Amino acid sequence: MEQSSIITIKELIKRFPVGKGEFTALNGINLAFNTGEFAGIVGPSGSGKTTLLNIIGSLDTATEGKAVVMGQSTGDLTTKSAAKLRRMHLGFIFQTYNLLPVYTVYENVEFPLLLLKLSDSERRKAVNDALEWVGLTDKIKSRPAQLSGGECQRVAIARAMVKKPEIVLADEPTANLDAANSHNILKMMLKLNEELKTTFIFATHDDKVIKYLKRKITLEDGKVVKDEFITK
Amino acid sequence: MIAFKLAWRNLIGAGLRTWLNVFVLSFIYILIIWHYGILDGWNHQANIDMKAWEAGNGQYWQQNYDPYDFFTLEESHAKIPEVLQKASSEGVVTPILISQASVYPDGRIQSMLLKGIIPDQKVVAIPSAELDTESEAMPAGSPPAERTGQEIPVVIGRRMAKSCKLKEGDITTIRWRDVNGTFDAAEVKVVKVFNCNVPNVDAGQMYIHINTLREMMQAPGEATMFIIGKDFEMNETVSGWEYKDYDFLMSEMNEMMKMKKVGGSFFYLILMLLAMLAIFDTQVLSIFRRQKEIGTYIAMGMTRTQVVSLFTVEGAMHAILAVIIGAIYGIPFLLWQMKTGMTMPAGSDDMGIAIAESIFPVYGVGLIITTVLLVLIITTIVSYMPARKISKMKPTDALKGKIQ
Repeated sequence: MEQSSIITIKELIKRFPVGKGEFTALNGINLAFNTGEFAGIVGPSGSGKTTLLNIIGSLDTATEGKAVVMGQSTGDLTTKSAAKLRRMHLGFIFQTYNLLPVYTVYENVEFPLLLLKLSDSERRKAVNDALEWVGLTDKIKSRPAQLSGGECQRVAIARAMVKKPEIVLADEPTANLDAANSHNILKMMLKLNEELKTTFIFATHDDKVIKYLKRKITLEDGKVVKDEFITK
Repeated sequence: MIAFKLAWRNLIGAGLRTWLNVFVLSFIYILIIWHYGILDGWNHQANIDMKAWEAGNGQYWQQNYDPYDFFTLEESHAKIPEVLQKASSEGVVTPILISQASVYPDGRIQSMLLKGIIPDQKVVAIPSAELDTESEAMPAGSPPAERTGQEIPVVIGRRMAKSCKLKEGDITTIRWRDVNGTFDAAEVKVVKVFNCNVPNVDAGQMYIHINTLREMMQAPGEATMFIIGKDFEMNETVSGWEYKDYDFLMSEMNEMMKMKKVGGSFFYLILMLLAMLAIFDTQVLSIFRRQKEIGTYIAMGMTRTQVVSLFTVEGAMHAILAVIIGAIYGIPFLLWQMKTGMTMPAGSDDMGIAIAESIFPVYGVGLIITTVLLVLIITTIVSYMPARKISKMKPTDALKGKIQ
């Protein structure tokens, strides 16, 4: 059965100004992701993984070529439309969790729903569901400073998943976690991927993550050198 | 609405940092309202006192009279016109005769103004009735010619008593010139020392029965000015006499209060600058310290406008919280001040302006609303300025926490 592409990347080039010259971070990337993929962009530091993830997430724009996400070319979007795309369809998980420090766990997870202007009861149900998925129902009143690294990342996953986005972009999600926590989190994300059919795209060079991937895209010097689907 | 909700969460979450700013702002509110209240209270009190003691509801001045030029006093008295004589006998205006004189307390010489006043007048608050003190040998109002070694009763104010070191019952010598320029001298007895907040009716002045002074000056039936009472209305002009309305008589005081307010505005401005610096500093620091947070907001789908709004509302909410906190401790303080007044430091009444021993602040609704709105608007502006910088920040840089 042919699956529809949720993300299409064509001849994508990204250059950054460095001094008087330019540094090419991505050089002619062509990729397509289907709904429900559990894919990883892997490669050494500086290979362009985060840059590619940022362009897919409409946080950055391509210098040449295009990235079409949910049918919208990110390069053509206004800042307002890009914000709407992120708000409606994308979830982000960061290496350093990026939780809002003055908010409680509940408030952090609730945040994306406030932007979607859901009612109180809808928000409450969705937040409780998300916290149940990540097993943090007993920590709803805690603040990020009171949580362990693993717990913080679980809150970040709940925050990314609470609105049930089509795509979750995870940038080095296990980089600050020990092995046990990394496995727990990856299992959790895999479960959510299977249950909710959410597309997960990781930027990572962590072997622990790579073990869980169903698709591994290897980047080197801004180019895709290998794109392999892994059958478990 | 979302900006308000999130701003509220951020402020409450920020804890002590928020409350410190809020306290500083609330303190500024209270200080500004109190300070202006004191000035308004002073103005209000000065108006009442000046009306009661000096200005009345206006005055008629003999055309040569110039209160700032003592040399004109010899020429600035005239026969009382019929219309004012009638009003005077009805008690709705009171004549004052003024002469330059000297007093010799303890052998010293001191210049002063000798003011003749009708003892039973009710137009101004000067306790002229005390001049009616009957003397065994010299009934009140008797001219010096009829003296038989007795002193002329006089009334003086607290400041005059202080500067001449006189007290009730003291006897001293005064010297004056009559209309012909002849010097004469007499003994006077201080029958009353009155307390008054208006230096213009007190310092360097001695009140005497008007008839006595007329006799002393050889100016029978004359006056220098008239003070108008509240029940007097006259539309016709009086030849040789100039009408000075209440606003004219108060203009000097009002001008001085305006100057005081201008001076107070510098104080106000410095306080505002301090408060705004605190808010601006907090907001600027927030922009740099909270870059990752801002990047996260953008990644979550907030527009740049929403982020700018959030930070602006956050800043403005400091001012709103300050109103609430300020009300909690400020209202009791301001009410207490209104009731007890502020005791003026010793010597402040030597400044030559109408000032009471205690000033009771007057807080107008306009003053409170203006202060609150002004602080709110300025706080919003200084919060918006650093927040605007966010709109230039790339989301990827913000997420990395890169300072631009």
